[in-house]
Parts: sequence; C-alpha cells; structure tokens
Amino acid sequence: MTPFTSLTGIAAPMPLVNIDTDMIIPKQFLKTIQRTGLGKNLFDEMRYTPDGREIPDFVLNREPWRRAEILIAGANFGCGSSREHAPWALLDFGIRCVIAPSFADIFHGNCFKNGILPVTLPQAAVDHLMEDAQKGANARITVNLPEQTVTASDGTVFAFEIDPFRKHCLLHGLDDIGLTLEKAAAIDAYEARLKAERPWV
Amino acid sequence: MSAPKTLYDKIWDAHVAHEAPDGTCLLYIDRHLVHEVTSPQAFEGLRMAGRRVRCPGRTIAVPDHNVPTTRDREQGIANEESRIQVETLDRNAREFGIHYYPVNDIRQGIVHIVGPEQGWTLPGMTVVCGDSHTATHGAFGALAHGIGTSEVEHVLATQTLIQKKSKNMKVEVTGSLGPGVTAKDITLSIIGRTGTAGGTGHVIEYCGEAIRGLSMEGRMTVCNMAIEGGARAGLIAPDEKTFDYVRGRPHAPKGAAWEAALAWWRTLKSDEGAHWDKVVTIRAEEIAPVVTWGTSPEDVLPITGSVPHPEEFEGGKVAAARRSLDYMGLTPGTRLQDIPIDAVFIGSCTNGRIEDLRAAAAVLKGRRLAEGVRGMVVPGSGLVRLQAEEEGLDRIFTEAGFEWRLAGCSMCLGMNPDQLRPGERCAATSNRNFEGRQGRGGRTHLMSPAMAAAAGVMGRLTDVRELL
Ligand code: SF4
Repeated sequence: MTPFTSLTGIAAPMPLVNIDTDMIIPKQFLKTIQRTGLGKNLFDEMRYTPDGREIPDFVLNREPWRRAEILIAGANFGCGSSREHAPWALLDFGIRCVIAPSFADIFHGNCFKNGILPVTLPQAAVDHLMEDAQKGANARITVNLPEQTVTASDGTVFAFEIDPFRKHCLLHGLDDIGLTLEKAAAIDAYEARLKAERPWV
Repeated sequence: MSAPKTLYDKIWDAHVAHEAPDGTCLLYIDRHLVHEVTSPQAFEGLRMAGRRVRCPGRTIAVPDHNVPTTRDREQGIANEESRIQVETLDRNAREFGIHYYPVNDIRQGIVHIVGPEQGWTLPGMTVVCGDSHTATHGAFGALAHGIGTSEVEHVLATQTLIQKKSKNMKVEVTGSLGPGVTAKDITLSIIGRTGTAGGTGHVIEYCGEAIRGLSMEGRMTVCNMAIEGGARAGLIAPDEKTFDYVRGRPHAPKGAAWEAALAWWRTLKSDEGAHWDKVVTIRAEEIAPVVTWGTSPEDVLPITGSVPHPEEFEGGKVAAARRSLDYMGLTPGTRLQDIPIDAVFIGSCTNGRIEDLRAAAAVLKGRRLAEGVRGMVVPGSGLVRLQAEEEGLDRIFTEAGFEWRLAGCSMCLGMNPDQLRPGERCAATSNRNFEGRQGRGGRTHLMSPAMAAAAGVMGRLTDVRELL
C-alpha cells in the first residue's frame, strides 16, 4: 500500500448527500477479478451517456477537475454496499482523499485499506472547502496527515480527528495482514479456548 | 457481579482474541461467507503472499450475485465476465479446501439465505461476508456484518478482523402489527424515521413485542436492512423460535453439543440496566404498509400518502429529493396509489424466503398480473424453490403471469441478465432503490412481498389491505 503523508491538489466539489457506492462504481463493473483499471468507470452513470459519451457538465469531465486528487462531498458519503471496488475506482482515477461531513462505515474502513484518507469535518468547514473547490486550479487544497489539518486556498486551517492506529498504518503504508500475523500466538490461544468453551462452533 | 451488558457487549467480549492499549481489537470470526464478486482479489492476494486459508472449515462459498436465474444456466453461463468470476470462485474453493455450493447444487442460493438454511449461522457467533447484507444473520443473535475485499483476505489469512467496538443502539418496536403490515414495513419505517445514517457507528438491537412476534424469516428481513439504516449490524436476541429454527439443520450442533450450545445461547440477551448510547421506540400500531418514493431507502411513506415536495426537506436533502424525483419521474403531490408500475420483482436476501413467497402467493391466488405488467419470482435458494413447489406456490405465480426462476440475487442488483429497462418502474421486495440499482434508468419502489403482489395485480402501487 502506498503511504499517505501530505497532499496538495485540485479538489472536485460534489455537493450531494448520500453519494452511494452504486453511484461511485455501478455494478456492471464489479465483474472484474482485478483491483486496477476501474478509474475510467468511476461515477460511470453520472459521467457518461448510455452510448459512452462524456456528459460535459459532470465535474470530473471538466478542467481542471479531471485532474482532481481530492473529492469534497456531502454527508454519508459511500453508503450502500461493501464493494471495495468503490475505493479502488477512486484510487485508480487518482483520488487520494475524500472530505465530507460523514462517511458510511464500511466504505470508511475500506479507504484506509487502500491508502485513501477519508477526512470528516463539520458541515461548515466542508461548505467552506466546497466553495474553494469550485474555483478549480486557482484553489489548491492541502491535506496534511501528520498534522491532521486541511488548509483551504485562503489559508484557513481546519483540524480533523483520526484514529491513531489507522493514521499510523496510513503514514507507513502498513499491511494489516502482516501486522495481525505477528499476533498469531494470541489467535492460537483464543482457538484453544474456543475449543474448550464452545466446541460446537 | 459484573456490570450489566448488552447482547452486543456479550458477543463482542466472547470474541476478542487480542486487545491493543488503544482499544483496537482482533475479533475472532466464527463463520466467513464468501461469494464470487468480492472474493477473487482476496484469494489472489493470498496466493501472491504465499498464504493459506487459516480455517477452511469455517469458510463457506456460494456464487449468487451474477449467476443467471434461467434454466439454461445448467449448460453454463453465457456472459463471459460472469462466467470467469464464477469459475474463479470454483477454483479458489477447491484450491483452498473451503465448503462450497456450486451453481447447480440444489442448496445454492443467496449467501445470506444459504448460511442460516444450512445451519452455518448460529446464535452468539461472529459472521462476516464481503457483502453489506450480512447483517441478515443478526436475526439469530449473531454479530454479523459486511466487510470489504481487503478484510475478506484478512479473515481468510488470520480468521480475525481488526475492529473497534461500535456503540449500542436499541430500537424497540412495541405492540402488535395490524393486518397487512409485515417485517418489511417495520424495517423500512425504522429507516424512514432514523434516516440512512441514523445507525452509523452503532450496532442495533431490535427488541419489543412486535419483533418477538416475528418469525425467523421476518426477523431476517428486519436485520437485513440494518445496513440501510447505517448500522454496522443488527441483532435480535435468540429465543425458542430461534432454537426451533436452528435445531436439526445440517451444520447445527447435535446431541450433547446441542445441549451445551443451548445453555450458552440462553444467556444471550441484554441485561437489565445495560447502557444504550441511543434508543428509538416505535409503536407497531403506527406502522402502515409502506413504499419508497425516491432513490434512498429512507425515502419511505405510508402507501396512503403522496409524493412529497422537495421543499419539505432541509439542507442537502432538498437537492437530493429533487434529483430523486427527477430520476423517478414523479410529480410532487401525486397520490402514491396513483403511480402505475411496469414490473414486479419478488426475491432477494430481504424477501426471498418461503414465508415471503407464501405472503405474495396469498395475494395472487386466483388473480392475475395487470395488463402490461411483467413479474418475476426468484426464490432465495434452491431449497426455498423446492419447498415452494411442494406447496404449489409456483403454480399460483405462473398462473398469475409471473416467471418462476432459479435461485440467485437476480434483479435485486441486476448484475446478471435480470434487469429493468430504462424508465421501467418496478415494485420490488429487495432492499435498495439507488439510481440504476436494478438496471440503468430503472425505477425501484421498495415494499413487502404482499404489497408487491398487490401492485402487480392492480398495475399501480396499491394498499394491500384492500385486497385482503
Ligand atoms: S440479494 Fe441483493 S442485497 Fe442480497 S446479497 Fe444479493 S445483491 Fe446483495
């Protein structure tokens, strides 16, 4: 996993609440057996007409947001299914950070497993950044994970909270499975206990 | 005496294999369910790292999302990408030695229906699957939730998940349901009340007289949609109904093991005085048969209502409601019962069990689909289909003009050929009404099986109570 430290980039504004995983990556693209290559279908049904032409109004089809690395969205971003294809598609497109007032649980967890930083900020802060993002290339936004801050183009700084363990893993690009296997002895001990206490499991 | 605990606290405590000082836990997973869509990359990851499946005996795989539901699937899957995904699952199941129900096995079906049916899901267990509707298994008093593909790989390799504890939320449904009101109406009404983010960060325990009164099938319907309410998982404390359902199933404990299990299961309930972070109470008498009007499961109204005006909402929801109504092709103020439909879909892990088929058939008996309406019934598993055929339900459906299909997810998400056409409006018993969920441009109204059947007969959204 690519570590995430700090990022300064163009942010795409998507002022919609409840952006669900079906919008992020529609199910017809879930038939892949790979993790990569989904970026071209990110937000597919909002981005293309049924015959595959770009919808010019859609933010990710417009300059400079075609090159966005940050997404700013409304509350409950990523609700719906558990499909990890959603963060894979964001990542493949080039988005490394999503900023919203709230996130759906499973999506939020999936981001961390793929080196994407989900930043939760109060509505007022998101509104400020949303306005900033509308200015396009003239308003680069900086996200700093070690400092836990987001800085708008006018210099306003917003601090965010993040789980220390997840921060640590993201900063160092650590693989969860490797970390867990270091605790194999605890799992062995648990299994021995389980066998004695709930043998039917 | 230790402090009073909720059911969730008890199951959680029984599964912590390791706890770090910051509260991050390794939670031991008793059952891992796997399907073809969210697992290929996980198995590939294992292979690349030279890892094995730690507990093949706790891992169960079944293809369901993109298998066709027509008879010709017995000759192979036509769509190449779907075929590759299902073949990949076949190969992974064999290579890693996990339990497997292939497409043409009579026990194949939607993973959340197969698990309980085969007795894999038991009270007090932790159950995970790379699918958000894993919440369904909470009906047994099992802590069950969806995970992403990286976590699927993590569970395959370590039989644990890295987790932090969620908060406790209690949803109590008091009193008893009126005629024509079902588990689906309960669960939709709760989401209508609390919103799709109302349960975020929480595990919900559903309780109260109306929940106790539900069958296991109904309880699975309620827990199935905990995720639509934003919760990690939904739980219902196990009781005699639960034990009766589980007893004798192929993978349920037998003999002395059954007695030992039962003794533990009887302790699985929230203690008096346990702490709740959030409590919601709803009176069953106030729940009417409901339908959704928009493209979020929280867009719920009693069938007696009318399409809302976007201005009635607040904040970001105004724009979302406008967009929804535009997508759904609805005009504010229209009576819900005046909305014509083109299709009926009965099935999915929400409402694809025998009781659901019985409820729909009861409405359809001696009636036919309205002119121009197409209908599809997709049993949740091969065994549900078999039982329905033994009860003669298939004939009621086909005589009413429905197609009688083989088991799978089908038009719940339209990853296989079962899809809505653009603009087509569907009365559906599934759980998601997102844009394009049932096919690009398709318009979904969620409701109970009885309500979907009634809509089919009348050719418009209908109050099933008029047909009872
Ligand atoms: S029936 Fe629908 S909701 Fe259930 S597992 Fe299948 S696709 Fe998901």
